[in-house]
Amino acid sequence: MEARMRAITRVGTGQPARLIRLMGMVSFAFLAVGIFLWAFGKNPVRAYGEIFQGALGSTYGLTELLVKMTPFILCASATALPARIGLINVGAEGQLHTGALIATWGALTFGDLPRGILLPFLVILGFAGGAIWGSFSGALRTMVGLNETISTLLLNYVAVLLVEHYVHGPWKDPASFNWPFTAEFTEAARLPTFGSSRVHFGLVFALTAVVVLYLVLRKTRWGYEMRVIGDNAEAARRAGIPIGRYIVLTMFIGGGLAGLAGMAEVSAIQGRLRPGISTGFGYTGFLVSWLASHHPIGIVIMAFLLGVLALGGDMIQINLGLPYSTVNIIMALIFFIVLGSGQLKKMGA
Amino acid sequence: MRKRTKQTRMPLGVVGLIVVFLVSFGILLRGATAQEKKVPSKDEKLKVGFVYVGPRDDYGYNYAHDQGRLCMEKKLGWVETLHAENIPESADVERVMEQMIRQGAKLIFPTSYGYLDPAINVAKRHNDVIFMHAGGFKTAPNLGTYWAYIYNAMYLSGIAAGKLTKTNKLGFVAAHPIPQVLGNINALTLGARSVNPKVETHVVFTGGWYNPGKEAEAANSLVDLGVDVLTQHQDSPIAVVQTAEKRGVYAVGYHSKDLQKFAPKGWLTGASWNWCNLYADLAKEVKDGKWKGGHRRGGLETGYFELAPFGAAVPNDVRDMVMKKRKEILDGKYVVFQGPVKDNKGTLRVKAGEKPTFERIEQMDWFVEGVVGTVPK
Repeated sequence: MEARMRAITRVGTGQPARLIRLMGMVSFAFLAVGIFLWAFGKNPVRAYGEIFQGALGSTYGLTELLVKMTPFILCASATALPARIGLINVGAEGQLHTGALIATWGALTFGDLPRGILLPFLVILGFAGGAIWGSFSGALRTMVGLNETISTLLLNYVAVLLVEHYVHGPWKDPASFNWPFTAEFTEAARLPTFGSSRVHFGLVFALTAVVVLYLVLRKTRWGYEMRVIGDNAEAARRAGIPIGRYIVLTMFIGGGLAGLAGMAEVSAIQGRLRPGISTGFGYTGFLVSWLASHHPIGIVIMAFLLGVLALGGDMIQINLGLPYSTVNIIMALIFFIVLGSGQLKKMGA
Repeated sequence: MRKRTKQTRMPLGVVGLIVVFLVSFGILLRGATAQEKKVPSKDEKLKVGFVYVGPRDDYGYNYAHDQGRLCMEKKLGWVETLHAENIPESADVERVMEQMIRQGAKLIFPTSYGYLDPAINVAKRHNDVIFMHAGGFKTAPNLGTYWAYIYNAMYLSGIAAGKLTKTNKLGFVAAHPIPQVLGNINALTLGARSVNPKVETHVVFTGGWYNPGKEAEAANSLVDLGVDVLTQHQDSPIAVVQTAEKRGVYAVGYHSKDLQKFAPKGWLTGASWNWCNLYADLAKEVKDGKWKGGHRRGGLETGYFELAPFGAAVPNDVRDMVMKKRKEILDGKYVVFQGPVKDNKGTLRVKAGEKPTFERIEQMDWFVEGVVGTVPK
């Protein structure tokens, strides 16, 4: 187990030189896809132009980029915090769904409460929904040694099915003619947005999470102890650091952050719970966190990059008639090249 | 230890470098595209946007809309279309519509039911753009809806199915128990029972519009149950039609007549959309400033859908029988769901001699007599 934990942190070794290499590798992925597009008779420069212009070319694009980045950052943080002690949390997607589910329960049950009470309550519920789901995997890891990669991944499916059960069954809007979604939230249960854009308060949660994560990891004893566990679990155990408690706690907080993303998605964007609230935010967040070596600031940058790609996917469809999967191919290539080269380096070292 | 602590530090310089890298990349490429975008052509074309929930080549719901788009584009020289496929009914669809508007779209077809609320949101922000939503029941000053009563074609297909079934069991793989789907199940059953009162329809709900694996599984278990005609209401009808052919039972198509090629032996007929004329009409209205909102609905007479061609398995007398009924419907002599219609619990839902309004059919939440099972609530 320790060997695995060490291997994980090794991949995440972050130094300035590594970052420059990272950018090089990202560019390489872009180049590879460019050749691919060119081979199919599409102009790669134009395709990338559309991608970047879609996200960065207008105020609207920029606000939508922030909307997209919000769940990316929260789900990446949910991956990054447990990764500090060598845990692989693939479960942000499920934690997002349970967060959305519990927050929806609150919104449907207490919709008449005044906004000042209801909204903070929903935020707590959303956090709790994800946190319970995450700490469940953490507890399984400490108590029976069940690998958290497996349990978080499998619990994702359970969480999505739970949401489907409630929207198809008990919570279905009676006025929806059997369409699977809940009734609309009351105005008091809607998370505020900024101006006329769809940028919502969830962005504040995301940025706060990143800053707090950074400070805790850098400046506190907890951060230090987590680093020790991540570097050498055996040494940490001998030094009397309560590893089990850290496992449950990081999964609790990480899950909670993903749960917040789910809460924000139903409360700010959708205004109701329905299947498909997340277009793989949890998995993209996982990707973001690994690309950023689980570094809080790196997460923001990588969320930005993948956000641009995700938005650009629409543009190359609309303007070039390229399938959306082009963007998925770019993302997958980046991931493979970046992580693959990390592995190669490790083997060579 | 010292080396490790460095790990969390990311010097500002590096962050700056990345930002500079990305921004310059963006600016560079923006310049590149700006050059490519020519001045708009002399005679301004009407830009029309289409948003699809699934892939355009599903030979089903999205395929039918896309065929309509392509045909309209061909028919009207002055139209230019934009399209986006695989757009989930999530937060994404608002952005896709906004981006189409930014590209100059003046008429947008959000073709999936779940796009209704997002489309209304976008419509509020852009009152110079017209939206036509497929199947919705809400409108806005610049948002109307369109739909056609394709269950008429399902009724006619039911006649062929009722004549040809030997086990007297029809199988229906359905997505969600919504009125449009229930209407098709009920119409098929009524059609079949009009020629063969022993027919029962068995229904499996998959709980999703696009899940070929689950659909094939459902089709297989229906065949195991003794069903010898399979049909479906899914966005992606290929799975069920192929399973039918593989298991040697008859298939009734839905959404697209082009499905026939997946069941050369077992194909009976089916219900097939034909959105071309409606899309062309709407584009003309928008261009001439004559578009009026509201709900646009119609039956067989509109040509917005049609009975798919018969397969080799259908004998001539059955074909004549179906075509005779088709004419009766066209002439208004017969109305599908005209009374008396009982539900499968024995309650009289439509009184004798009564012709239910479209509003009532669009709110259907019961199975007709002959369908096995209860509507999931």
